[in-house]
Formats: sequence, C-alpha cells, structure tokens
Amino acid sequence: MLLLISIFVFSLSRASGDPRNLYLDEYATDAMYEAWGVKLGLDKPLYIQYLVWLGDVVVGDFGESLYHNRNPFDLIKERLPATISLALIAFCWAILVGIPLGVLSAVKRGSFIDYFARWFALLGQAMPVFWVALMAILIFSVELGWLPTSRKGGPDSYIMPALCLGWLPAATLLRITRGSMLEILDSEFIKLARAKGVSPVIIIWKHAFRNALIAPVTLAAIIIASFLTGTVVVEAVFAWPGLGSLSIDAIKNNDFPMMAAIILMFGSFYLTANMLVDLLYMSLDPRVRVE
Amino acid sequence: MATIYKQVPDPVYLTALKKAWYVFRRYPLIPIGVFFLLVFVAIFGPMLAPFDPAQGSIRTRHIPPIWLEGGSAQHFFGTDSLGRDMLSRVIYGARVALMVAVSVIVVGGISGTIIGMFAGYLGGLVDEIAMRIVDLLLAMPFLLVALTVVVVFGQSLTQMIVLLILFSWDNFARVVRAESLRIKSDAYVDAARVAGASNIRIVFRHILPGVFGVVLIVGSLRVGQLILIEATLSFLGAGLPKSVPAWGVMVADGQAWITTAWWVAAVPGAMIFVVVMSFNFLGDWMRDFFDPKLRQRA
Repeated sequence: MLLLISIFVFSLSRASGDPRNLYLDEYATDAMYEAWGVKLGLDKPLYIQYLVWLGDVVVGDFGESLYHNRNPFDLIKERLPATISLALIAFCWAILVGIPLGVLSAVKRGSFIDYFARWFALLGQAMPVFWVALMAILIFSVELGWLPTSRKGGPDSYIMPALCLGWLPAATLLRITRGSMLEILDSEFIKLARAKGVSPVIIIWKHAFRNALIAPVTLAAIIIASFLTGTVVVEAVFAWPGLGSLSIDAIKNNDFPMMAAIILMFGSFYLTANMLVDLLYMSLDPRVRVE
Repeated sequence: MATIYKQVPDPVYLTALKKAWYVFRRYPLIPIGVFFLLVFVAIFGPMLAPFDPAQGSIRTRHIPPIWLEGGSAQHFFGTDSLGRDMLSRVIYGARVALMVAVSVIVVGGISGTIIGMFAGYLGGLVDEIAMRIVDLLLAMPFLLVALTVVVVFGQSLTQMIVLLILFSWDNFARVVRAESLRIKSDAYVDAARVAGASNIRIVFRHILPGVFGVVLIVGSLRVGQLILIEATLSFLGAGLPKSVPAWGVMVADGQAWITTAWWVAAVPGAMIFVVVMSFNFLGDWMRDFFDPKLRQRA
C-alpha cells in the first residue's frame, strides 16, 4: 500500500514536468541541461529513476525543499511535535465526549440528553471546520478577549484549536455509537438479560457497550481521514506551527519536494493507524479472529 | 363531579395549529425550503444578483451588512475587502456549490451504479477488480491526493469536479453491489435468464429498478458532504481557483479581516453551514423514509 502511494507520488512528480526546470533558469545552456539530466539520473529508464528515488526516500532524502532550501525531512521533524500534541488532545476529547454521549443518548432515547447530543452531532457534521474556527476566534478572542487568537503558546492556546479539530470526529463517533447502541439494546440477548434480572448498569456497559464499540472501530478509517483533513484546516486557521501549515505553505509556493515528503509522511501515518485499528478490532471482536 | 376521563387527542380533531405542528415535525419543511431556495437562486442567480460579483470599487470597501450600524440598503450582506457586493457573491456561490455537487453526484452516481450492478451481477473477475479499486480509494485520504494534484497541475473548476467524481463513485458502487447480489438470487432474475435475456438486458431492465432506491439514499446523503469537502478545499487554496466566487474561497478572503470586517468570512460560512445541514437532514429523512433498515449506518 505504501509502495502504491510512493508510485503515485513519483508519477505525479514526473507528470509535473521536467524536474530540471525547477532548478535551472531560462539562461541555462543545453549543455547544462544535459549535465543536470545525468546528475539527476534522467538519462536512465523510468523504473530505474523510480528505484533511485525510492532508495533516497527510504533513507529520508527527499531532495531539497524549493522554498525553504532545506531537507524536507528535517522540517517535518521540527514541526511534528506541535501537530502531534494538538491532535492527541483533540482525539482524547473526541473520544471522551463522542462515545459516552452516544451511549447516553441511546439509553435515554428521547430525553433532553438525547436531544442535545443529536444537535451536537448535527452541528458538528454540518459546520465547516474552518468557519467554526474563525467564528471562535471572533467571539472568544476578538470580542471577549478570553483566549489567544492564534499560534502555539501556553495551555490556553490549545483550547480553541483542539475543540475545533475534535468536534467533527466527536460528532461522527457519537452518531455511530448511538446507532449501534440502539440496535443492540433492541436485540434478543439484551432482552434475555433484562428478563433474567441483570442490573441495567451491567446490561448497558458490559453487554451492550462492548458490542456497540465495534461499529466505531470499523469506521475508523473514515474518522482518521477526517482527522487528517481537520488538522490541516485547523492549523491553517490558527497559524499552528505544525505539518498542516507546512503543507499549506508548500501548496502556496508550489514546493513539490516538500509536498511529496508530507504526503508520504501523512500516508504512512494513516496506514499505521489503520493497521493498529485492525488489531484493536481483532481484540474487540472475537468473531474476526476465527476467519 | 369533575370529569375523570382525560381527553385523548384524536388526530382527526386536531386544531389547525396542531396539525401544522404535526406536519412540521414529520416532514423536514425547513430543509426542503432551503433546498428549493438554493435551486432557485442557483438557476436565476444572474437575474437576482444586484451587482457583478467580480466588480468592486475601493470606495465601497468593507460596508457592513444591513442590520449593523453603518450598513446600507444597497448591500444587504455588506461588501468585502475589494468592495464587491457580498449578496451577489453569495448568490453566485450558491450556483458554484450546487453545480459542483450536482455534476459530481450525477456522474459519480451513474458510473458507480453501473459498476456496482455489473460487479454484483457478474461476480468473478469483474467483481474482484472493482472491489479492489474501491478498497484502494477508501484507503487513500482524499485531502492529500487533492493537495498533491493541485501542487502539480494547478487549480481549475473541471479538475476539481473530476477529482471529486473519482473519489465518490466508490460509495455508490459498494452499496449497489450489495443490493445487486441480493436481487440476483431472486426468482425473476433467473426467469429472465431462462427466457434468454442477455446480461446487459438483465442488469438494466431487472436489476436497475431494484437498486434505484438505495442509489437515491446514498446520493442524498452524499450531497452535503460534497459541498463541505469542496468548500474546505477551496478554503485551503487547494480547491476552486481564487477567481471563482465559491463560498470556501470567500471565507478564505475574509480570514485576514476577521477583526475589522467579520461578516466577509461569517456570511458565506453560514451559507455553507445552513445548506449542508439541510442536505444532511434531507438525506437522513429520505433514508428513514425509504429504508428504515439502513438507519444506523452513519
């Protein structure tokens, strides 16, 4: 899979035109052109070029960022902690709010909590993240002056970006958890447990919840993807010095080597996360292990 | 003696107001209204817009919307940083949003349905290849692909639409395939085959009507997401080019002026929100209405 992504990135890098045009200006002579061609390995067949490029990438050599004039890999290493710390906080709040609220809203169907939870989810799924972030800045920073507008600083600078980033995943988790909880609470074995006189708390958290958890895990790929998108957007709005704003800079400056490095980075992260989810899935659902 | 019988409301004898409330609760009237308003505005946009969305003057710069102090009746939603009329831009933005969403849904829906039907009905190698591609698409984070493509090829409206189509047919194909597999085992399909109908005839005459409902549901659920994705990409500068008056682009324009002229970002963003919310509502409602069994797939 990672190989596929790398082939995709490589073919795009070649489709973007002769890489010599990136390094040489219009005053370059034909001889210089040829010399650069040999230097970059363009005289060899395409699959050899790919293998050479892949070999460089594996050892962390993505060429040079056209804008920063530095190794993209070093830049990524510098920016990574900011993104990870923000994403972790957002992820925690998405899970801590989304899943319990989903369970509660299914158990107390039709109650105030259910009503609140459904609106929370509807809003989270319909409001564009960038707009929420801007409006939050307008209300809490510009008008009320409670929180810093942007950039990474003390703990209070995490509040708005993390809340904005986590809302959509929280809403998705909530809806999925609620749906599967409702379905499971309606099933035969729950009725049997009720008839047997098992206490409601045990029914909900032991019998139903463990089964209901499987649904969010199966859709984790979608949630993780929306999280990736969210990171880029939130970082762009809050001028957060992470990978997202790095990729936005790369777009604005047409910085291809930088972009290639970021995409491979995000891609490998995405695949690792999905693999971990598969493992989690197996430990949650014994039926999968049998196959 | 007071009456001990509690009056039970009978739907037949409800007052007009209560009846209205009942209809209001049962049918998504506001989303339907928003939907028709959007379509109307999108079609008649050039006639409705009071100003040219691309023309502005420095003298009319940053006029607040009509309900704020200093607002003028000429510019209902105020003007942006280049002095362009926000209302006209929002109207043209509706056109863009709807055009992108509809063309993607139609092309993606039709191709996804055809691929899904053949994959489900024929099975074997066709099925295998189609489902591998679908899995592959699901595993690719769309944003990254879109960003890369923009870095390499630049931005354009058609490119954006093509990209969105490439990443939205799979949804239809997967659902339609499952549905075709179910229909395939029905007796009337066997009967058609015994009668000598060709595969193509069976797929289009006998399977297509059966999958139609599912396609409608998936399509209506997808529209809101598409509008949101397009707006997000446009906001990031990776979607529609700056010259197109798209809502996402407009919010990005307003970002720099959030402290002085907040409406430039707030108004188009609110439009996205209201429209996406309405489409999500409609999609959910249609799903519950046509197929309660699909209810819990989020």
